[in-house]
Amino acid sequence: MATAKFSGRFESLASIRKFVLQAASNAGFNEKEIYAVELAVDEACSNIIEHAYGGEGKGDIECTCNDLNGGLEIILKDDGKPFDPCTVSQPDFSVALEEIKPRGAGLFLIRNMMDDVDFEFSEKDGNVLRMVKRKKE
Amino acid sequence: MEITTTQYKRCDVVKSVGRIDSSTAPDLEEVLTSLTQDGKYKIVLDIEEVDFMSSKGWWVLIETQKTCKRYNRGELILSGVQERIRDSLNLVGMGSYFQIFDDLVSAVAHF
Repeated sequence: MATAKFSGRFESLASIRKFVLQAASNAGFNEKEIYAVELAVDEACSNIIEHAYGGEGKGDIECTCNDLNGGLEIILKDDGKPFDPCTVSQPDFSVALEEIKPRGAGLFLIRNMMDDVDFEFSEKDGNVLRMVKRKKE
Repeated sequence: MEITTTQYKRCDVVKSVGRIDSSTAPDLEEVLTSLTQDGKYKIVLDIEEVDFMSSKGWWVLIETQKTCKRYNRGELILSGVQERIRDSLNLVGMGSYFQIFDDLVSAVAHF
Protein backbone atom coordinates (compact mmCIF):
# COMPACT_ATOMS: atom_id res chain seq x y z
CA MET A 1 0.00 0.00 0.00
CA ALA A 2 1.24 3.51 -0.82
CA THR A 3 -0.34 6.76 0.29
CA ALA A 4 0.61 10.32 -0.62
CA LYS A 5 -0.94 13.72 -0.08
CA PHE A 6 -1.00 16.36 -2.80
CA SER A 7 -1.95 20.02 -2.78
CA GLY A 8 -5.29 20.58 -4.52
CA ARG A 9 -3.82 22.49 -7.43
CA PHE A 10 -3.83 21.69 -11.14
CA GLU A 11 -0.01 21.75 -11.14
CA SER A 12 -0.17 18.70 -8.78
CA LEU A 13 -1.85 16.59 -11.49
CA ALA A 14 1.48 15.60 -13.08
CA SER A 15 2.81 14.31 -9.70
CA ILE A 16 -0.46 12.48 -8.93
CA ARG A 17 -0.39 10.77 -12.34
CA LYS A 18 3.25 9.80 -11.77
CA PHE A 19 2.33 8.31 -8.38
CA VAL A 20 -0.48 6.12 -9.78
CA LEU A 21 1.53 5.26 -12.91
CA GLN A 22 4.19 3.76 -10.65
CA ALA A 23 1.59 1.75 -8.70
CA ALA A 24 -0.12 0.52 -11.90
CA SER A 25 3.22 -0.39 -13.40
CA ASN A 26 4.26 -2.29 -10.23
CA ALA A 27 0.91 -4.11 -10.29
CA GLY A 28 1.78 -5.45 -13.77
CA PHE A 29 -0.73 -3.59 -15.96
CA ASN A 30 0.00 -3.09 -19.67
CA GLU A 31 0.53 0.35 -21.23
CA LYS A 32 -3.08 0.78 -22.34
CA GLU A 33 -4.39 -0.11 -18.86
CA ILE A 34 -1.87 2.21 -17.20
CA TYR A 35 -3.07 5.09 -19.42
CA ALA A 36 -6.67 4.31 -18.44
CA VAL A 37 -5.74 4.51 -14.73
CA GLU A 38 -3.79 7.75 -15.26
CA LEU A 39 -6.67 9.33 -17.17
CA ALA A 40 -9.32 8.28 -14.62
CA VAL A 41 -7.27 9.63 -11.70
CA ASP A 42 -6.48 12.88 -13.55
CA GLU A 43 -10.18 13.44 -14.34
CA ALA A 44 -11.19 12.62 -10.75
CA CYS A 45 -8.61 14.98 -9.24
CA SER A 46 -9.52 17.77 -11.68
CA ASN A 47 -13.15 17.40 -10.60
CA ILE A 48 -12.15 17.48 -6.91
CA ILE A 49 -10.22 20.73 -7.39
CA GLU A 50 -12.83 22.34 -9.62
CA HIS A 51 -16.08 21.18 -8.01
CA ALA A 52 -15.47 19.81 -4.49
CA TYR A 53 -13.02 22.56 -3.51
CA GLY A 54 -14.37 25.14 -5.95
CA GLY A 55 -10.90 26.22 -7.04
CA GLU A 56 -7.19 25.73 -6.52
CA GLY A 57 -5.38 25.86 -3.18
CA LYS A 58 -8.43 25.16 -1.00
CA GLY A 59 -7.36 21.77 0.37
CA ASP A 60 -5.44 18.56 -0.20
CA ILE A 61 -6.06 15.34 -2.10
CA GLU A 62 -4.98 12.11 -0.44
CA CYS A 63 -4.24 9.24 -2.82
CA THR A 64 -3.85 5.62 -1.74
CA CYS A 65 -2.92 2.76 -4.07
CA ASN A 66 -3.45 -0.87 -3.02
CA ASP A 67 -2.19 -3.82 -5.06
CA LEU A 68 -5.09 -6.29 -4.99
CA ASN A 69 -3.22 -9.18 -6.59
CA GLY A 70 -4.90 -9.14 -9.97
CA GLY A 71 -6.00 -5.55 -9.74
CA LEU A 72 -5.31 -2.11 -8.35
CA GLU A 73 -7.45 -0.15 -5.91
CA ILE A 74 -7.12 3.63 -5.86
CA ILE A 75 -8.73 5.72 -3.14
CA LEU A 76 -8.95 9.52 -3.41
CA LYS A 77 -10.00 11.57 -0.38
CA ASP A 78 -10.79 15.27 -0.13
CA ASP A 79 -12.39 17.65 2.38
CA GLY A 80 -14.39 19.63 -0.14
CA LYS A 81 -18.14 19.93 -0.65
CA PRO A 82 -20.02 16.60 -0.74
CA PHE A 83 -20.07 15.20 -4.26
CA ASP A 84 -23.17 13.43 -5.50
CA PRO A 85 -22.54 11.74 -8.88
CA CYS A 86 -26.31 11.52 -9.50
CA THR A 87 -26.37 15.28 -10.07
CA VAL A 88 -24.02 15.00 -13.08
CA SER A 89 -25.77 14.21 -16.35
CA GLN A 90 -24.11 12.09 -19.00
CA PRO A 91 -22.59 14.14 -21.82
CA ASP A 92 -24.49 14.07 -25.10
CA PHE A 93 -22.28 13.99 -28.18
CA SER A 94 -24.98 13.01 -30.62
CA VAL A 95 -25.96 16.67 -30.96
CA ALA A 96 -24.69 19.32 -33.39
CA LEU A 97 -21.37 20.94 -32.50
CA GLU A 98 -23.00 24.21 -31.41
CA GLU A 99 -25.29 22.37 -28.96
CA ILE A 100 -22.56 20.58 -26.99
CA LYS A 101 -22.57 21.40 -23.29
CA PRO A 102 -19.16 21.22 -21.66
CA ARG A 103 -19.75 18.96 -18.68
CA GLY A 104 -19.89 15.36 -17.54
CA ALA A 105 -17.12 13.96 -19.74
CA GLY A 106 -14.74 13.44 -16.82
CA LEU A 107 -17.15 11.30 -14.81
CA PHE A 108 -18.14 9.36 -17.94
CA LEU A 109 -14.46 8.60 -18.60
CA ILE A 110 -13.80 7.56 -15.00
CA ARG A 111 -16.68 5.07 -15.12
CA ASN A 112 -15.46 3.65 -18.44
CA MET A 113 -11.75 3.50 -17.62
CA MET A 114 -12.17 1.73 -14.26
CA ASP A 115 -14.05 -1.50 -13.36
CA ASP A 116 -15.48 -0.35 -10.01
CA VAL A 117 -16.23 3.28 -9.12
CA ASP A 118 -17.81 4.18 -5.81
CA PHE A 119 -18.36 7.65 -4.33
CA GLU A 120 -19.07 8.10 -0.62
CA PHE A 121 -19.31 11.09 1.67
CA SER A 122 -19.21 11.20 5.47
CA GLU A 123 -18.70 14.06 7.93
CA LYS A 124 -15.70 12.21 9.32
CA ASP A 125 -13.86 11.27 6.10
CA GLY A 126 -15.21 13.81 3.60
CA ASN A 127 -15.44 12.65 -0.03
CA VAL A 128 -14.00 9.19 -0.61
CA LEU A 129 -13.74 7.91 -4.18
CA ARG A 130 -12.79 4.25 -4.47
CA MET A 131 -11.84 2.94 -7.91
CA VAL A 132 -10.64 -0.51 -8.93
CA LYS A 133 -8.95 -1.57 -12.17
CA ARG A 134 -8.70 -5.31 -12.78
CA LYS A 135 -6.28 -7.13 -15.04
CA LYS A 136 -7.95 -8.68 -18.05
CA GLU A 137 -6.09 -12.02 -18.35
CA MET B 1 4.08 21.56 -22.42
CA GLU B 2 5.59 23.37 -25.40
CA ILE B 3 3.49 25.06 -28.08
CA THR B 4 4.75 26.48 -31.38
CA THR B 5 2.79 28.09 -34.19
CA THR B 6 3.77 28.10 -37.88
CA GLN B 7 1.97 30.06 -40.54
CA TYR B 8 1.39 28.31 -43.87
CA LYS B 9 -0.14 29.73 -47.04
CA ARG B 10 -3.59 28.23 -46.46
CA CYS B 11 -3.60 27.42 -42.76
CA ASP B 12 -1.82 27.76 -39.43
CA VAL B 13 -0.18 24.81 -37.70
CA VAL B 14 -0.07 24.64 -33.91
CA LYS B 15 2.31 22.01 -32.61
CA SER B 16 1.98 20.92 -29.04
CA VAL B 17 4.49 18.73 -27.19
CA GLY B 18 3.98 17.09 -23.78
CA ARG B 19 0.85 16.54 -21.72
CA ILE B 20 -2.43 18.43 -21.94
CA ASP B 21 -4.33 18.47 -18.62
CA SER B 22 -6.22 21.00 -16.49
CA SER B 23 -2.91 22.68 -15.70
CA THR B 24 -1.66 23.11 -19.28
CA ALA B 25 -4.91 23.27 -21.31
CA PRO B 26 -5.28 27.04 -20.64
CA ASP B 27 -1.93 27.62 -22.44
CA LEU B 28 -3.22 25.80 -25.52
CA GLU B 29 -6.51 27.70 -25.27
CA GLU B 30 -4.61 31.01 -25.25
CA VAL B 31 -2.68 30.15 -28.43
CA LEU B 32 -5.76 28.89 -30.30
CA THR B 33 -7.89 31.85 -29.18
CA SER B 34 -5.25 34.34 -30.29
CA LEU B 35 -5.29 32.74 -33.78
CA THR B 36 -9.08 32.90 -34.12
CA GLN B 37 -9.11 36.46 -32.78
CA ASP B 38 -6.69 37.31 -35.61
CA GLY B 39 -9.23 35.94 -38.08
CA LYS B 40 -7.41 32.64 -38.65
CA TYR B 41 -9.97 29.86 -38.76
CA LYS B 42 -8.13 27.16 -40.71
CA ILE B 43 -5.98 25.45 -38.13
CA VAL B 44 -4.09 22.15 -37.91
CA LEU B 45 -3.27 20.99 -34.39
CA ASP B 46 -0.29 18.64 -34.51
CA ILE B 47 -0.34 16.47 -31.38
CA GLU B 48 1.97 13.70 -32.55
CA GLU B 49 4.18 14.39 -29.53
CA VAL B 50 1.36 14.76 -27.01
CA ASP B 51 1.15 11.58 -24.94
CA PHE B 52 -1.63 12.54 -22.52
CA MET B 53 -4.82 14.52 -23.00
CA SER B 54 -7.61 14.88 -20.46
CA SER B 55 -11.16 16.08 -21.16
CA LYS B 56 -10.08 19.61 -20.25
CA GLY B 57 -7.95 19.62 -23.40
CA TRP B 58 -10.75 18.25 -25.53
CA TRP B 59 -13.10 21.03 -24.39
CA VAL B 60 -10.56 23.56 -25.60
CA LEU B 61 -10.61 21.83 -29.00
CA ILE B 62 -14.42 21.70 -29.09
CA GLU B 63 -14.72 25.42 -28.32
CA THR B 64 -12.09 26.25 -30.96
CA GLN B 65 -13.91 24.06 -33.50
CA LYS B 66 -17.17 25.93 -32.77
CA THR B 67 -15.44 29.26 -33.47
CA CYS B 68 -13.61 28.06 -36.61
CA LYS B 69 -16.69 26.50 -38.21
CA ARG B 70 -18.65 29.72 -37.81
CA TYR B 71 -16.41 31.56 -40.26
CA ASN B 72 -15.40 31.15 -43.92
CA ARG B 73 -15.47 27.38 -43.98
CA GLY B 74 -12.87 27.30 -41.27
CA GLU B 75 -11.99 24.14 -39.40
CA LEU B 76 -9.72 22.78 -36.70
CA ILE B 77 -8.24 19.49 -37.81
CA LEU B 78 -6.05 17.15 -35.81
CA SER B 79 -2.83 15.49 -36.90
CA GLY B 80 -0.84 12.60 -35.40
CA VAL B 81 -3.26 11.67 -32.62
CA GLN B 82 -1.76 8.81 -30.58
CA GLU B 83 -3.89 5.67 -30.43
CA ARG B 84 -4.71 5.83 -26.72
CA ILE B 85 -5.79 9.48 -26.99
CA ARG B 86 -7.87 8.66 -30.07
CA ASP B 87 -9.45 5.71 -28.20
CA SER B 88 -10.58 7.86 -25.27
CA LEU B 89 -11.78 10.62 -27.65
CA ASN B 90 -13.93 8.08 -29.49
CA LEU B 91 -15.08 6.41 -26.28
CA VAL B 92 -16.62 9.64 -25.06
CA GLY B 93 -17.96 10.37 -28.53
CA MET B 94 -16.05 13.59 -29.23
CA GLY B 95 -14.04 12.07 -32.09
CA SER B 96 -16.85 12.63 -34.59
CA TYR B 97 -16.43 16.43 -34.37
CA PHE B 98 -12.91 16.35 -35.81
CA GLN B 99 -11.15 15.21 -38.95
CA ILE B 100 -8.03 13.34 -37.92
CA PHE B 101 -5.03 12.88 -40.22
CA ASP B 102 -2.14 10.50 -39.59
CA ASP B 103 0.54 12.97 -40.65
CA LEU B 104 1.05 16.71 -40.85
CA VAL B 105 1.59 16.84 -44.64
CA SER B 106 -1.84 15.31 -45.35
CA ALA B 107 -3.46 17.55 -42.74
CA VAL B 108 -2.02 20.74 -44.24
CA ALA B 109 -2.89 19.56 -47.78
CA HIS B 110 -6.54 19.28 -46.69
CA PHE B 111 -6.96 23.06 -46.81
